[in-house]
Parts: sequence; structure tokens; C-alpha cells
Amino acid sequence: MSGLALRLDCPGDQDFRLQLECELPDRGITAVYGPSASGKSTLLDCIAGLRRPDAGSRVCFRGEQWQLGKQFTPPWQRAIGYVFQDARLFPHLSARGNLEYALARRPGESAITLEKVTRWLELEPLFDQPPATLSAGQKQRVAIARALLSAPQLLLLDEPTANLDHAASQQCLGYLQRLATELELPMVYVSHDIEEVSQLADHLLLLEGGQRVDQGSMLALCNRLDSRLSQEEQAAAIAVGTIARDEPQYGLTRLDIEGQSLYVTQLSQPVGQQRRIRIPARDVSVCRQYPRQSSILNILPVTLCEIEPGTGPRILLRLSLGSQYLLARITRKSAMELDLQVGDALFAQIKSAALLMEGTDHIE
Amino acid sequence: MSASELDAISLTVALASITTVILLVLGTPLAWWLSRHRGNVAALVEAVVAMPLILPPTVLGFYLLLLFAPDTALGQLWQQLTGTRLAFSFSALVIGSVIYSLPFVVQPLQSAFQRIPEGLLQASATLGANPFDQFRSVVLPLTRRSFVTAASLGFAHTVGEFGVVLMIGGNIPGETQVLSIALYDQVESLQFAEAHRLAGGLVLFSLALLFWLYRRDRQLLWGVRA
Repeated sequence: MSGLALRLDCPGDQDFRLQLECELPDRGITAVYGPSASGKSTLLDCIAGLRRPDAGSRVCFRGEQWQLGKQFTPPWQRAIGYVFQDARLFPHLSARGNLEYALARRPGESAITLEKVTRWLELEPLFDQPPATLSAGQKQRVAIARALLSAPQLLLLDEPTANLDHAASQQCLGYLQRLATELELPMVYVSHDIEEVSQLADHLLLLEGGQRVDQGSMLALCNRLDSRLSQEEQAAAIAVGTIARDEPQYGLTRLDIEGQSLYVTQLSQPVGQQRRIRIPARDVSVCRQYPRQSSILNILPVTLCEIEPGTGPRILLRLSLGSQYLLARITRKSAMELDLQVGDALFAQIKSAALLMEGTDHIE
Repeated sequence: MSASELDAISLTVALASITTVILLVLGTPLAWWLSRHRGNVAALVEAVVAMPLILPPTVLGFYLLLLFAPDTALGQLWQQLTGTRLAFSFSALVIGSVIYSLPFVVQPLQSAFQRIPEGLLQASATLGANPFDQFRSVVLPLTRRSFVTAASLGFAHTVGEFGVVLMIGGNIPGETQVLSIALYDQVESLQFAEAHRLAGGLVLFSLALLFWLYRRDRQLLWGVRA
């Protein structure tokens, strides 16, 4: 089933125009990523109906025309939930009152009950508090619960972690990930934080200046040399591993990736769970022989499968590790001296710093 | 207290109450519209609403008197609909009071409405609330205090009305002779003892009401515009 079909032409708040034609998938988390003033929030507002794009625009969700020609379905008749950056809880209602507000207005029965949402997002202790007394993270949890209780078929999230500190935003991402799998609720997630996007997204829409720059599956897009993501200094591959073992004496967790070991900061997830690891290209180097007695912990056997054509001082390599890929940013000079050729068997060394993102993984 | 004084008091209370109710009904949508619109049209409407604040009441009364005369379109329409004359009637007083006290109701409401963030209404819309529901479930509860302020000011200002009443109501006991007019009569005929009763009473009433309002919230009064 097709998800969201969009053809939008809408002036944005700043000096740009959102002009976009695309289809977004009907499942999973779609991240909309781009710099500020690229049209991300404008896009969400157009989907929600909070903004009315110019004539000729079209918004169609699961075959239902929300906007086409003169026809325009107002936001209160669209099956959406919207989680705003600033939570927007009603100040005159308690946390519970805010949830009941959504319950009272939802169109029909839904499997998402107050009890379930309360359990998922651990809201019980917050129930009787007015929003003003909640922390930013708690407010956002209530806001997510409120949006879910309106029984949406599509959840829109506008940088919900922007006002949260690191721990709270990690917690929030954890909740969202769990909800996405438990509810099978498609989400459109706006963010300008690539770490966050790497962790969460299944699908990626890249925006810049109101235009679509690239679109596709998150993993594929990250691991491609010619995608817009790879052109930036922050080019990075995303590897998917299974948590194999904790080594608490070192504060590390060993992940299993394609039969190889990868050590990262100790994770709080149970053994056996899958986990995405973002590996920045600038932290990956290659050598022809296995470097013995190196301080570098993560050394993986890879095959060089693509060399970015270009003339700059630094070039990007794509390395395959089983069915997965790594990116490495090295100097052109090194590539010449090593005489690198596609098909070469190499060892990728990953600077641990890259995988030891402080505090990143303390989700609970 | 004499029968005519009691008449004047009950007439004044009736006039102020009816005026306040009409003002709340008309003023709420007007204030909401003003709070959500910018531009020349909105500025003009705002200026018209604010005019009674600075115009001498006699100016307003003079034009209303001309408008209410039996030979005008409005006067004749009124005559046909009700069978009575509009000029020098209680109804004329109500119409005059509504116009005269309009800014005292509209401005506090407008400024309260302007403080409601658009984002809250958007959130409410995405949760399934239509505009009327948004107003009822978000705007009203958040501006309840301002409604009390607006109603109190509208009531008090109507009680204190003199110039407009004198021009369009005349001085008919039991029909248009309100407190301020009765007081004027008493002073004219040198009944100072009686005048003290009414004047002192009005002073106490105004002071008590304003004290109560200011104690509730010092900023909500007078619709201070941000």
C-alpha cells in the first residue's frame, strides 16, 4: 500500500519555498533531514494541514485525498498525531487532562488505550501534575502519549528532542523506537541531528532550500558514496550489529557484525538485541596487513569495493564487510602509495573514539 | 431612600446587566477577530471600538439622538417592529450603553486572546478539535479571568454613564432616569443630603469593584496591549 504521496508548493517562514514531489513509505520511521530553513517543519505542517500549500499541491495518505485542487481537509479531520518541538501541552490541564483531551476527541475505538500508553511511556507518576511542573523530557513524553491517544494513522514529529538534554533525548528516542515496532505506526520524523537520524530512521528524505536532495532507505543512502550525506565532513556508514557480550570491567560491549567483533561503549540493551552503530568515515583508516600489537581495538577484514572519483586531497572509500558497508576517508596520497584497487582485501581500523560516544547509549 | 431613588437604582442595575450580557455576546467574537488579524481593516475596526474612550460622551449621544429620531430609517423600523418610539426609551439607553462601553469589554478580551499562543490551537486542531471546540476547550478556560474583568468593567462603566444617557434618554423616571441622572437632578434642586447618598454610594461601589479587580490581577486590567 502506498503511504503518503505529496506534491507541495508552499512558501516557508524564511527565505525559501518548499517545492517537492515525493512518496513516503507506509511503514517505519521516515526521517526528514536537512539544515535549518530547508523546509522540514513546513513539510510537516503541510502534511498536518496546519499550513495550506498553494494551488496545485496535493497531499494523499493511503488513498485518501487530504488536499487536491480546491478540496482541503482541515487538520482536525486528518488521522494524524503531531508531536511538536515545544510539546505544547495545555497549561490549564494536568498531564492526565491533556491525555483525556485527546481521548475525548478521537474518531473511534483504537488499540491504543490510556493504560497501554501510560505503561509504555511510564507516565503514572506524572498524572496529576500540571505541565508547568514537568521537566522538558517529561513534557515531551506526555506530548507523545497525547498524540498517540488521538489514534493517528500517521505520527508527525518535529524535532521532539531539540529541547532535551542528552540523557532525556536518548530516552525519548528509545521510547519512539519501541513504539514504532510495537504499534506499526508510520512516523515522519524531522531532525537536523544526524546521530539521531542514524539511530532511528528506516527511510530518509534529504531536504535543502525547500528541495529534495536525495531520498531512500537509510542504510543504503548512508553507505553510498555519491549521496549528499557522504559529501559532508560527517560522512558515515551505519552498521547493524547484534549485542554479543558486555565487558563491564572495561566499560565496553562487544557487538557481532557479520561474524566480526566490534567494541563500543557499554550499552544497556540486553544481549541478542540488534543495534545500529554509526561509524564516521573520518575515523576509519585502511592497511594492507593486519596491524599487530596496535592500540586500535576494532580492526575488521574488508574488501575495497568502490573508490570515490575526485580530485580533492581526500577521497572516500567504500568497504564491504559481508553484506554491510563501511566508509573510509583517507588522503589521495595514501591511496596512491598503497596503490589501492577495487577488489583489494584490506583491514579497516576504526578509531575507538568514534564508537565511544560518551553517554550516548545509556538509554534507560 | 425615596421611591424614585430605588427606581433609579434598579433601572441602572437592569441597564448595566443587559448591556453587559449583550457586550459579552458581541464583544467576544469581535475581540477574537481583532486578536487574530493585522492590517488596515483590523486597525480601523480597533480605532472605532476605542473611540468611546476619548470622545466626549455628548458627541456620541448627539449622533445617536439624530439616529434614533422617529423620522430616520432606524427610528421608523423600530416603530414598525415594536410599536414604540426608540428615542428617549430604555432600549435607546441599552443601544447607547453597548456602544459606549464596548472598548471596556473588547480590549481586555482582545489582549487576553492575543496571549493565547497559536501553537496551542494548532496542537488542539491536530488532536481533532474544530475551531469552535478549540475556542471552548482551550481559549475559554485560559481567559476565564479576563472575561470576569471585561464583564465587571463593562458593568461598572455603564453604571457610571452620564453624557450619553442625558442626550438620548432624557430624564424619565422609571424609564430612563438612571442613577447618574437622578444625582444630577438632586444637585440641581439643591438636595445635597440625598445627593450625598447616591454619590457616596457610587464612589464606594466603584472603589470596591476596582479594588477587587486589581487584587485579582493587576496586569489584566485595561487590556494593556503588548
